[in-house]
Amino acid sequence: MILGSSSMAEKDGRRTAIPLLLLLAVGFAAPLIAVTIFSFMPPRTFSLLQAPTLENYNTIFTGTSYISFLWSVVLAVATVVLLALICYPVAYGLVHVFGRWSTLLLLLFTIPLFVSENIRLYGWVLFFIKNGVLLGTMKSLFGIEMESILFTLGAILLGMVYVYLPFMLFPMTLGIAMVPNDTREAARDLGASRWQVFREVELPLSMPGILIGCLLTFVLAVGAIAEAKILGGQRIIPITHDIEIAFTYSQNWPLGAALAVLLMLLVGVLVIVVLRRFDLDQILGRR
Amino acid sequence: MTPNRPAILTLKALRKDFGAFTAVDGIDLTIAEAEFFTIVGPSGSGKTTLIRMMAGMEAPTSGDILLRQTRINDVPANKRPTCMVFQSLALFPHRSVGENIEFAMKIRGVEPAKRKARALELLRQLSLPASYYAKSVQKCSGGERQRVALARALAYNPEILFFDEPLSAIDYKLRKALEKELKDIHRETGKTFVYITHSLEEAMVMSDRIGVMREGKLVQVGTPNEIYSSPRSKFVSEFMGDVNVIPVKSAGNGYLLAPSLEAKFTAPAGAPQIESGHLVIRPEYVRFLGKADEAANSLSGRLYNEYALGSRIQYQVRVGDQVFVVEKLRQQAYSGKLDDQVLIGWDPQHSILVGEE
Repeated sequence: MILGSSSMAEKDGRRTAIPLLLLLAVGFAAPLIAVTIFSFMPPRTFSLLQAPTLENYNTIFTGTSYISFLWSVVLAVATVVLLALICYPVAYGLVHVFGRWSTLLLLLFTIPLFVSENIRLYGWVLFFIKNGVLLGTMKSLFGIEMESILFTLGAILLGMVYVYLPFMLFPMTLGIAMVPNDTREAARDLGASRWQVFREVELPLSMPGILIGCLLTFVLAVGAIAEAKILGGQRIIPITHDIEIAFTYSQNWPLGAALAVLLMLLVGVLVIVVLRRFDLDQILGRR
Repeated sequence: MTPNRPAILTLKALRKDFGAFTAVDGIDLTIAEAEFFTIVGPSGSGKTTLIRMMAGMEAPTSGDILLRQTRINDVPANKRPTCMVFQSLALFPHRSVGENIEFAMKIRGVEPAKRKARALELLRQLSLPASYYAKSVQKCSGGERQRVALARALAYNPEILFFDEPLSAIDYKLRKALEKELKDIHRETGKTFVYITHSLEEAMVMSDRIGVMREGKLVQVGTPNEIYSSPRSKFVSEFMGDVNVIPVKSAGNGYLLAPSLEAKFTAPAGAPQIESGHLVIRPEYVRFLGKADEAANSLSGRLYNEYALGSRIQYQVRVGDQVFVVEKLRQQAYSGKLDDQVLIGWDPQHSILVGEE
């Protein structure tokens, strides 16, 4: 490969990249720019061609939207932590323990993705609702009366963990599978106990997969809305819900746009900070 | 060179089955203290499984492994006073050279200052600059990584060091240099080295003794000289590079009949009495004969080609369907032309008679 700055190959490369760049500009950048501009338009207007104002941001910072922001972040962080704790052992098992059953298990984890998220969540509602699958069975078979956990924080978290599990599990499984067997054996051969092999070799070397799983599930979970609506019975209002209300019921597009911009900023900054802090190449010693 | 020292590692009827496949098929072997022992065999001969059992990474199906008369079959790898240098080297890519070398000491809880001092000492011993201490292992060259892997193993201070073909991915020139270096390190440290390779040439350079492995069995164990000059089978003789092998039958009275060449040879003195087998002649023992010479063992053939091998020249002589390899020192090169009819021969005492195997 020629490393010069203006080789023929590089010029050809730029030219052939034009269609993709156009597609990205129209399909990805344009909506983002439109939303950003909308956030500076006067409230309750529907045109992009007015004098910009900071009124929407002022409304947000003086109002109570921060509560929704906090709920979204708290729920997302809790989901990521729970998923990391649940998925690591499962991923480890898929790579090292379950052997030929791993493919079947991975398939079982994948199949729910083919069913709409809302339908799956309503399934949980039927399972947990008073006189539903769980409580009804307990009552008629054992005569035990129990409170439903439906419409509680616990139910929302359960729904989020359930829905986003594959997005943590798959990158983690790949991350653990990337750890060469030789390095594990070498560490053991050099006197390390199983726990020391895990702490000194397996965990750091599978860190890229863990981090990517955490980032992916965080970004998805912070944008979650259906779990709080369906399983939480709107007892908790995440920021996504506020945005939806602004764009629909209240017909206040500029306010909704401002909330969306702030959410994007929050997620964007966090992703950049995490990727800076944990340089994936550095973890693997490639730099 | 054969060490007359006490045994450090003893294998008794060691066997390993993987399902219906037998990788190691009943091996008895004693390795002496401070010996450089090499196991040679083609791929699939079971040598890697054998060394993995000795190192504690594979459990034997049956048989015993004794370390100084103590049975260690059930001792896990991390509790054995042995250490392995892997074919892939298995360095920790997320750690620096220094951290790699210090790994075993860190596990043992040696304090950081002492660890570093020992790591620097090992870097010096393996002729790596002290500045490499903080270098990423990913940035080291192939030869440097070999040295780091060896330093990491030596830092464990094992009684036996195992090597699983660590030089197989290294280019020829560097491999030759590292082979000699490894032999020097063996002398300096006085530890027992058990080495695995598929190259008998590599084994010859370094080893005190060599064990040749085939299909899970040790077919011959001996010093490099014994393996070279008295191979016990066609398999062992052919393993040592180019060799001339002629299928023969006993013709009685110390004579051998080669049906494929329609020729009769004198058997080497003291050769075993066998009905049929192979006559092995090393290329350097085959001579070009003049018309006046009358050797008992002579064949007429066509000089087909010649190859310059540095200090030696190799000739290919075709006798009927069989190709003979003849090697001469450069100073004693054959002066004729290609396609000449030539007469080749050898002294019976330079030929080796082996059985069918």
